[in-house]
Amino acid sequence: MSWSRFLAVLIKEFRQVRRDRLTFAMMVGVPIMQLILFGFAINSDPKHLPLALVDADRSEFSRSFIAGLENSAYFEITERPAGEKEGDAMLAEGIVQFVLVIPPDFSRKLIRGERPAMLLAADATDPAATGNAIAAINAIGQRSIGRELAGPLASLRPAEQPFEIRIQRRYNPEGLTRYNVVPGLIGVILTMTMVMMTALAMTRERERGTMENLLATPAKPVEVMFGKIVPYILIGYVQVLVILVVARLLFDVPMVGSLALLSVVLVVFIAANLAVGFTFSTIARNQLQAMQLTFFFFLPSMLLTGFMFPFRGMPGWAQAIGEALPLTHFLRVVRGILLKGNGIAEVAPHLWPIALFMAVAGAVALLRYRQTLD
Amino acid sequence: MSAPAAAAIIDVHGLTKRFGDRVVVDHFDMRVTRGRIYGFLGPNGSGKTTTIRMLCGLLTPDEGEGTCLGYDIRKEAALIKREVGYMTQRFGLYEDLSIEENLDFIARVYAVEGRAAKVKATLERLGLHSRRRQLAGMLSGGWKQRLALAACLIHDPQLLLLDEPTAGVDPAARRDFWDEIHDLAAAGLTVLVSTHYMDEAERCHELAYISYGKLLTQGTVAEVIAGAGLVTWAISDGDLVALGHALRAAPGIRTVAPFGTTLHVSADDEAGLTAALAPFRSAGLTIKPIEPSLEDVFIALMQGASDNFTPPAQ
Repeated sequence: MSWSRFLAVLIKEFRQVRRDRLTFAMMVGVPIMQLILFGFAINSDPKHLPLALVDADRSEFSRSFIAGLENSAYFEITERPAGEKEGDAMLAEGIVQFVLVIPPDFSRKLIRGERPAMLLAADATDPAATGNAIAAINAIGQRSIGRELAGPLASLRPAEQPFEIRIQRRYNPEGLTRYNVVPGLIGVILTMTMVMMTALAMTRERERGTMENLLATPAKPVEVMFGKIVPYILIGYVQVLVILVVARLLFDVPMVGSLALLSVVLVVFIAANLAVGFTFSTIARNQLQAMQLTFFFFLPSMLLTGFMFPFRGMPGWAQAIGEALPLTHFLRVVRGILLKGNGIAEVAPHLWPIALFMAVAGAVALLRYRQTLD
Repeated sequence: MSAPAAAAIIDVHGLTKRFGDRVVVDHFDMRVTRGRIYGFLGPNGSGKTTTIRMLCGLLTPDEGEGTCLGYDIRKEAALIKREVGYMTQRFGLYEDLSIEENLDFIARVYAVEGRAAKVKATLERLGLHSRRRQLAGMLSGGWKQRLALAACLIHDPQLLLLDEPTAGVDPAARRDFWDEIHDLAAAGLTVLVSTHYMDEAERCHELAYISYGKLLTQGTVAEVIAGAGLVTWAISDGDLVALGHALRAAPGIRTVAPFGTTLHVSADDEAGLTAALAPFRSAGLTIKPIEPSLEDVFIALMQGASDNFTPPAQ
């Protein structure tokens, strides 16, 4: 082994890395981003989960129980719907994580010793998000209502709890993680492949020297962009079809809702990701840089959208970033359609942010696309 | 188009392009009339490619204006692109598409009428019909160049811009290529071609020589040679290497260039040559006055130009 030849390669390599400033920035930027995301944003024990309260009882017992809930930090009463039905709609749309229904005769039955029941319905599409809160609720009930049953009523405090909290794990009664993960994978796989494909499609033209020829033709930016995007939309559909078939046959994932509605949302979601990829391709000078930019977009999409970790467990700033990403909204839609059987009414509130993202990313891509070599 | 400009396919004035602080093209004027083959010469980095790109709307000039095919090069780039065939220096077609697919793509982008027939005719003219399903990337340099030229012509352009089309192509293929260019020009197509080869320069109707972004001379081959006002002697026998080194330093000598076993020495007049060679007369040299070649002229021009570009005194 020759020391000088080894040095020659080593020095050349350092010089090349130093010259590629985007790669250099990524090598420093990605670890920092990962540290911040994993260190601050990720929390697998989410607190302050939104709860819709239907208190038909309005007794000191129910008030005490509600106070106990709020003190527990696991629950936060954000909605007070008029009835159970309205509460269920909120659960379906994803506005709340739980609906708590205290029936009108709760305290009467409690005093009579009839062991009344209240109902806690949880959105169990993401079992990780609800698990700890459900585990805590019985203890909260015991403590708060038990305290009320003091003095002359202490006789009613038997060893067994004098009331029952019925827990319904909606949409995923067995709490199977794969019901949550497999539909989510549709979004994650599309995000990765779609962004990467288009980011590479344009930089490849530049790298292989065909870009100048393409620019010299009368083809307009819009024509080039749509011409490059549409084939990948079709590829995206093939991917989704494969995932759905495997999800059904291998993982037995329920598909309650309309697949036609899902395919409409898919167009918007795929187009949004392709627009991002197209924007990257106007920034990246070579295919390596395009890959790095894709990764830079993919990382927060994995971590901040509720795919890997419960969305509601994240701090406010991380949720704000997450809300801006199309995958966040798509995950809500795809889980909503497949697991909850959501229709257009529940889907629409999550569809427009994806459409908005697509419009903005598409505009940026078109503005950045240069028809000249200036 | 006004009447006198009707014949001018390219008519630009004061074209200037800067990249950062570097002036790549410096107040360049050019006028090319219909059916002419206009050769564009100059050393590497002299601004040939930049000028061609400004002509077809791929680069926006920083200064200057003009027309290409009667369209404003600043505002009507989209219209220019439709009627120009531009062959890039690097092979600009898709190596992972077949020959036929490449031609089909180009024909579609230009919205060529009777596309399928046109593609088929092009393939047959090239003699590539039997190989039409072969990937363009598998072709040799000469075939790639022929394919690229055919692709440029598929939409029947008015003007061909060829940026060093014959770089890396063997002499036989180059000769065929130039025969085709002359046929096209005879049919009314205007051709602007950049090249490094002197034999190709001599095949052009008109020439322009640029260096460091400045136009140094233009005209027909005879005009360019006459305009340089060089007197050239061919020297043979004796120690030509030592003589060459000595003459390069001699005052009054414009260029010294070895051509095989002879040395071409040029000066502004015969007196200068006589004076410079006086010390070496005894060395048994054979001296023959010759007509300066285009190459002698260009070497002289290039040296003159670089003198102008020595950094200014601080």
